[in-house]
Amino acid sequence: MVEQLERVAAPTRRDLARAQRRRGGSHVVAHLVLGAGALVMAFPFLWQIVMSLSTNAEVQSVTPSFWPAHLQWGNYAAVFERLPFLEQFRTSVVITVVRVLAQILFCTAAGYAFARMRFRGRTVLLAAVLSILMVPSQVYLLSQYQIIADLELLDSLGGLVLPGLFSAFGTFLMRTAFLGMPDELEEAARLDGANPFQVFWRVMLPLARPTISVLAITSTLWSWNELLWPLVVSTYAERMPLSAGLATLISDRTTDYPVVMAASLLAMAPVLVLFVVLQRRVIDGLASSGLK
Amino acid sequence: MSEALPARASARRPARQRRVRRDGAWPWLFVAPLALGVAVFYLWPIVQTAWYSLTTFGVFGGTTFSGLENYAEILSDPTLYRSLVNTLLYTAIVLLNIPIAVYLAALLNLPGLRFAAFYRVLYFLPYVAMPTAVAMVWRIIFNGDFGILNWVLGLAGIDGPYWISTPWASIVAVAVVGLWSSLGFSLIVLSAGLKNVPPELYEAAQLDGASRSRQFRSITVPLLTPSISFLAVVTVIAGFQLFDLLYAILGTTNPALPKSLSLVYYFYRAGFVDNDKGVAAATAMVILLLVGLATAVQFRLQRRWVHG
Repeated sequence: MVEQLERVAAPTRRDLARAQRRRGGSHVVAHLVLGAGALVMAFPFLWQIVMSLSTNAEVQSVTPSFWPAHLQWGNYAAVFERLPFLEQFRTSVVITVVRVLAQILFCTAAGYAFARMRFRGRTVLLAAVLSILMVPSQVYLLSQYQIIADLELLDSLGGLVLPGLFSAFGTFLMRTAFLGMPDELEEAARLDGANPFQVFWRVMLPLARPTISVLAITSTLWSWNELLWPLVVSTYAERMPLSAGLATLISDRTTDYPVVMAASLLAMAPVLVLFVVLQRRVIDGLASSGLK
Repeated sequence: MSEALPARASARRPARQRRVRRDGAWPWLFVAPLALGVAVFYLWPIVQTAWYSLTTFGVFGGTTFSGLENYAEILSDPTLYRSLVNTLLYTAIVLLNIPIAVYLAALLNLPGLRFAAFYRVLYFLPYVAMPTAVAMVWRIIFNGDFGILNWVLGLAGIDGPYWISTPWASIVAVAVVGLWSSLGFSLIVLSAGLKNVPPELYEAAQLDGASRSRQFRSITVPLLTPSISFLAVVTVIAGFQLFDLLYAILGTTNPALPKSLSLVYYFYRAGFVDNDKGVAAATAMVILLLVGLATAVQFRLQRRWVHG
C-alpha cells in the first residue's frame, strides 16, 4: 500500500519540480536576487583585497580606483615588518588550540556525567552551570579580571586562556548529544566489565564525534574572534592576540590603510579557509545546535 | 503484555540502584574539572559583581559599602540613556536581517535551484569573519572623504554624512555591518526550519492554483515562526551585547564617541578606562536586568504569534 502510494507520488513530485524548472522565469528572478545579495555580502572582502594591493594614495583617492595601477604585494611583507604580527598570530593560535582542547576534554566529560550518570546534587549543579548561559558576559568580566590580576597573570598567555577553558554552552551541547544515545551499547560494555571511564572513552566518545566537531568549530570561532577579554587583560601589543591587536592598530595615527587591509585579511584568513573547507559540517552543525 | 510491563519496570529498578552504587566517585571525577572552573570563573564572579555594584572603590584602594549609590549615579547620567537608545537603535536595525533572511531562505528552498550551497556559503562568510578585521574595511567604506559609499551616494546626488564621526550616523553604520554579519546565521537557521516543511503542502497549494507569493505568505512564513522567534530572541540578546564592531569601527579617539556608546561600551569605559568598578558593576547588573526583561517579554509575546 505504502509502496504503491510512493510509486504514484514520486513521479508527481518530480514532474512538479521539472515543470517549475521549465517555467524557469521564477528561477531567473531568484538567481538575480540571490546573486545581487551575494555580491553585497562579498563586496567588503573583495574591496579589502583590492585595497590591500593598492597604494595609500589610491585608497584615499576621492574617485575610487577599482583596480590598482600596480599590484603592491609589498603591503603584505610590510605587515610583518611594521606590526608584531607574528607574535600576535602565535598568541591567537596558542589560545585557540588550548581552549578548544580543554573545552573538548572538560565539556564532554561533564556532559557525559550530566546525561548518563546519577549522583547527588546533579540537578542543582546542572542548573547552576546552565544558568551562566543566560548571563551577559559583563556580569562576570570585572571579577574575572580581578582573579587574573590576583594570580598575577595579566599580560600572560595564562590570563588570556583561563576563563575560556570552561564552557557552559559546550557542556549543554555535549549533554544533549549523550542524552540521545542508545542505552544498549553502554549496558553491554558494562556487563563486559568495563569501568565508567572505559565506557566513556571507548564507547560513548567515538559516537559523539560529530557533536565534538561542532564544539570544536564553535569554540575556534569564538576564541579566534573574541575581542573584549583580550583587550581587558593585555596591555602590550606584542602579547595580544590578533583580534585585539588589530583593533589597537587602527588608533587614528595609523594611516597606512593598505597595510592595515593586508593585516586584517591575513588575520581572518585561517578561520575563513577552515570554514570554506568544512562548510557543510559547520553549517549543518550550527543549524542543528540551534545556538551561536 | 499488560502484565509484563510492571514486571519489567520492577526488574529495572534494582539494576539502576546497583548502577548508582557502582558509579561511586566516578561522576565526580567527570564533573569536577568543569564544575571547579565554572564555580571559580563564572558563578563566584556573578556573586562578586552583584556585591561590587553596591560598593564604592576608593581611588587609592579601600572599599566601602555604599548601597545603591552606584545605581543612583548611572541612572542620573544622560550618557547611560544615550547608550541605551543607541543600543536599541542598533538592535532594531539588525532585526531587519530576519525578514530579509526569510525571503532569501524561501528563494534558496525553491525546488531544483542551482548553486544553493554556493549562495549559502557566501552569505555565511561574514558571520565567521573576525569582527575587528572586517571592521577595518567598513571604516574605509564609510569614510566621509574617500569612502566608496559616499561616492555611490554622490552618483545619486546625495551628500553622504561623515558616517563614523557623526553620532547618529555612526550607530546606523555599525548596525548595517551588524545586519550584514548576522544575515548568514539567520539564513542557515531558517533553511533548517524549511527542511521540516513537508513539500506536499506546496504541491497541494500549487494544485489549488495558489500563486508563489500566496504560498510564501500562507505556508512558508507561518511554518517558519518558531525559527523566526528563536532568531528574534537571539538577535535581541546579541544586540544588547554590542561592543566589538562599535569599538573597532569607531576607534578610540573618535570625537563622536561619547554620544555613540553602547551599553557594553559604557560598561567597558567605566570599568577598564575610568577604573570605577562599582559603577561598571552596577551597569552590568542593569544590562542583565534589561536582557532578562527583553527575553521574558519576547517569550510572552510568542504565545500570540508563533505557529504550533
